[in-house]
Formats: sequence, C-alpha cells, structure tokens
Amino acid sequence: MGAGQSAGSKEGAKLMEQRSLARDALRRFLQNRLAMLGAVLLTLLVSVAALADVVAPYGLNEVDFSIVRLRPFTDPSHILGGDGVGRDFLTRLIYGARTSLFVGMLAPLISFGFSVPLGAIAGYRGEIWDFAILRVIEIATAIPPLLFAMFLISVTGAGLGNVIFVLAVTSWIEPARIARAQFLKYRETEFVLAARALGASERQIITRHILPNALTPLLVSFTFAVPLAIFAEAGLSFLGIGITEPTASWGKMVGASVKSSTVIVDYHLALFPTVLVALTMLSFSFVGDGLQEALDPSRGD
Amino acid sequence: MIAYVFRRLLSLCFVLLVVSLLVFILMNLVPGGPFTLAERGYSGAALENLERKYGLDKPVHVRYINYLTSALQLDFGNSFSVAGNPPVTELIARIWPVTFQLGLYTIIISFGLGIALGIIAAYYRNGPVDNFVTFVATAGIAVPNFIIATWFLLIFGFQNGWGVESKWIIGPITPNGSALLSWDYVLPVLTYALAPLALVSRYTRSSFADVLTADFIRTARSKGLSERFIMLRHVLRNALIPMITVLLPQVPNLLTGSLFIEVVYGVPGLGKFFVTSIFNRDYPMIMGLVLLIALLWGLTYLITDILYTVIDPRIRLGETKGA
Repeated sequence: MGAGQSAGSKEGAKLMEQRSLARDALRRFLQNRLAMLGAVLLTLLVSVAALADVVAPYGLNEVDFSIVRLRPFTDPSHILGGDGVGRDFLTRLIYGARTSLFVGMLAPLISFGFSVPLGAIAGYRGEIWDFAILRVIEIATAIPPLLFAMFLISVTGAGLGNVIFVLAVTSWIEPARIARAQFLKYRETEFVLAARALGASERQIITRHILPNALTPLLVSFTFAVPLAIFAEAGLSFLGIGITEPTASWGKMVGASVKSSTVIVDYHLALFPTVLVALTMLSFSFVGDGLQEALDPSRGD
Repeated sequence: MIAYVFRRLLSLCFVLLVVSLLVFILMNLVPGGPFTLAERGYSGAALENLERKYGLDKPVHVRYINYLTSALQLDFGNSFSVAGNPPVTELIARIWPVTFQLGLYTIIISFGLGIALGIIAAYYRNGPVDNFVTFVATAGIAVPNFIIATWFLLIFGFQNGWGVESKWIIGPITPNGSALLSWDYVLPVLTYALAPLALVSRYTRSSFADVLTADFIRTARSKGLSERFIMLRHVLRNALIPMITVLLPQVPNLLTGSLFIEVVYGVPGLGKFFVTSIFNRDYPMIMGLVLLIALLWGLTYLITDILYTVIDPRIRLGETKGA
C-alpha cells in the first residue's frame, strides 16, 4: 500500500464521504414518517411470513367442512372465517404472505443477479458489448412483460418455481438499463481514472470504485421491483395460471371470490387479501420513496 | 433525420424478425399442439389429417420459413380455434376496435384529468388539489387493476352481454358497427384509468414543479412577463420533455389493452383473445397479436424520439453514438 499514498488518502476520503452519506441517509430515512411506517409494516409482514408455521392458528391445508364460507368475526376460533373449501382464512392469508413475499423477493433477486452484470458489462466495456446488449434490450422491450410472462407460463406450466422463473426472466430490462447507465457514467469519472492510473485492476475498479456508487439507484429500483413482482404473481394466480393449489396466494383468493360465488357474494374472501396486497404495495413504495430521498446527496438538509 | 428514421425502421424490422422467431420457437416447445388438447378429442387419422392440413406435421424450421414468407405477403394465416377459421388479420380487425376504444377513452380520461390535476398541484403546492393528487397517486398504484375490477363486479353485479343496444350511450356511426360508447365501457374504463391517472398526475406534478422553480422562470417573472405567457411559453414547453419519456410509452400499452381488465369484465378485445389463444394453442393468433403489439411499441418509441426534437431543438437525432 506504500506506493498508493495518494490513492490511499483519496480512497480514505471517499470512504469517509460514503460513511457520512450512509449516516445522513439513515438519519433522513428515520425522520421520514411514511418511510418508517412502511418499514415497520414490512418488518411485521416479513416476520409473520417467516414464522407462518408458528403464527398460523391451523395447518395450511386443514379442512373443516363446518366452516365453509364462514363469515368473519362470528366464530372466535376462526376469527376471519373460512374459505370456499373450509380452510381457516386467517391461516391461508398468513401463508399467502409467505408466498407473496417469497416470489416478490426471489424473482427480482434472480433478475438483478443476471441483469446487473449484463448492464455493467455493456456500460463498462462499451463497443461491441454495448451494441449487442442494447439490441437484446431493444428486442425484449418489444413485448410487454406481462404478456410475455403469460406466454412463458403457457410454455413452462403453472407452479411456484415456474412463476418465479418467468417473472425473473421478464423483469430484467429496468435493472440492466440502470446498471448500464451507471457504469457508463462512472467509467469516465476522475476517481476511476485515478484508480486506473495507480494500477488498480479491472476487478478492483469495478467492485471497489464503481459498484458502490452505482448501488443507490439499483437499491431503489429493487424496492420498486418487489411489489411489481408481487402484483404479477397475484395477477397470474388470479387468472389461474400462477401459483397452484394447495399453496396459498392472495391473488388466487381474490380470483376465487368471484368464481366460487356467482349467487352469494363472499365479500370477506376478497376484502382481506385486497387489504393485504395494498398494504404490502404501499409499504414497499413508501420505503422506496424514502430510500430515494434519503440517498440523494443533493438534498443537503 | 430521414436517415435516422430509416435506420430506426430497419432496426424495428430486425426486432420484429427476432421476436417472431423467438415466439415461434417457444410456442412449439410446448408439449402438445392445438389439436392434441384432450378436450378436443381428436385422435389417430383425424389428428394426422388436421395437422397435415395446417402444416403442423412439418419440422419447426420449415414451418417458420413458411410462416415468414406468407407473413411478408401480409398473410398471417387463419385462426385455429375461432369458429369458421377466419384469417388472423380479419379477426384482429374485428376485435381490436373494442380494445382500441377502451384504451382511447382511458387515455382521454387519465391523461386529460391527470395532466390538469398535475399542473394545478404543481402550481398550488400543498394546496387541496396537491393533496388530492398525492392521494390518487398512492391509491392508484396500491391495488392492481384486476382486484379493483373484481370489486366493481362484486359491488355493481356481474356484467352480461357486451354491446347490447339498450346500453348504448352513443350508437354506431356505420350500420352494423359497434357502438361508439355504451354503458359497458364505464366500469372497465374507470378501472383501467386509475393506474395511468396516478402515473400521469404524479409525473406532471413533479415535471412542472421542477420547471416552476427553475432560474429562467424567475428571470421571466422579473422581466414582468404575464403569468399566462410564462406558463405557455416557458413552463409548458420545458415540462413536456420529461413527461413524453414516461407518458408516451403508456399509449401503446393502453391501446393494446389490459388482459386483466378484458378477462374480468368479459370485454371481447385483444387481451382476452390473447389469453384464450394461448390456452387454445392458436399459433397464428398468438403470432399475429405478438407482432402487432411489438410493432406498435416500436413505432411509439420512434415517435417519442422524434417528438423530442420537435419540442427541444437542442436534441439532435442520430448523432449520439450507439443510439
């Protein structure tokens, strides 16, 4: 490290700046009431989903014919009533949270996992790489993601794993674009030039110098990608081509409430999943908005 | 400029080619063809004859080349599953107007209302309209449209029959045409408009708010220009640029329809046909619809880029590398 005196101090300065940005961001985030509300709700949802086996009052597929379409708040042992085939609705909702969050987190994680490196290569390498990857993006943009997801589902078949795969494959464009733009931007900056002049390897430049700077917009984009994946899963399940029985899914519950009740309407079977979807969506977008504002260094307050 | 547009159109053709190839291959990866589905009940010689009739007995690459050569002559094949096996083009011409109308009313409502609300909200910040816009922007994205559609159905009852004469508000202009506006459109358009309304009002607000606080607006004010002149010549023009990027891509989206809205409300449009075509393995219909949608998207992106230069003369097309 002896030769890198100036590099060391430069990097030290950068690290300090980063740390203080993180602290500033945290302070701004904590002061943002909506963002905090979202964060608290999300923590609650995630813990309930993770501890579903412990929290849920009944087993996922425990059927009791005496509670078929039981109204909510009538029987204290089944607070939210029963669904169309006699399963405790609260239990189904809790397991539904697990499905939603699992798909919602995993699908974007997979898509970011391959799209960010792809965008980074395009932005960093440029030339033929950039050209080729841009063409792929252009082709992928030609079909609306949801239609393509539906089409792919018809190829792969329904089911939890396939839904995650299909949603990951159809949602990679946005993160790839962001990563490309970020790497393109920072490739030419002075601190990258300085690092290169001091003999930093490609790998160091990418992982130590560019990636930390590119992380912020990607993080914000991720928090918005999660609820979109949750929506998409709910939509596919609603149409009956997403999550298959007996796995619980909020979208499927809403869909079932229309299909099963052509004569008598069971409002509660649609109401609770609707509220939960809305709460999840709002929590993620509050947290996303909060992160975006908190991580924007141009806000000097 | 012309060279640029030409190059973009060429690139669009390439995109369509790749999309068609990709969808064609994926479609044929699915086990079972349109006539082997169990509920059709074809077997043995009947199945073989049917497959020969529609050329399904040939290998995939031969079929693709056949499809491509006839598609280049604007023959997109005949639907497998719709009664009477009408040509795909004829079928699309029959079902698209419904989706198109639905999308058009949605665009009028969401863009008209959204832009007006957004401008007022940006101009009177933290006023009642601003709060309302924040509320709509939040509510519009909180629940997916198929859930809202379900609720409308649960509350207002089930929708039976599409385009029945008694429900017309504005009747058809041509004999035997579909009604310009009927009560059937009200719920789907309301549902459909909510999400774009949220998006449009939110972006209009932020886009106008950015320009309204810019230095050159203060300069214009201090020069004593009238508020009306400032809004029309200075603010509107500059605020439009970021809006076009986000809002114009919504147009082909809305005009090709939401499959959820159409499936839930039973709208006989493109989205619903896309879903049923996929379920029925109606290869020519799937291909036709995908190509139509891809074409519309491609053209919209091109128009978006051209509109930039019209609004912002600083932007020159075709001069940036890799565009």
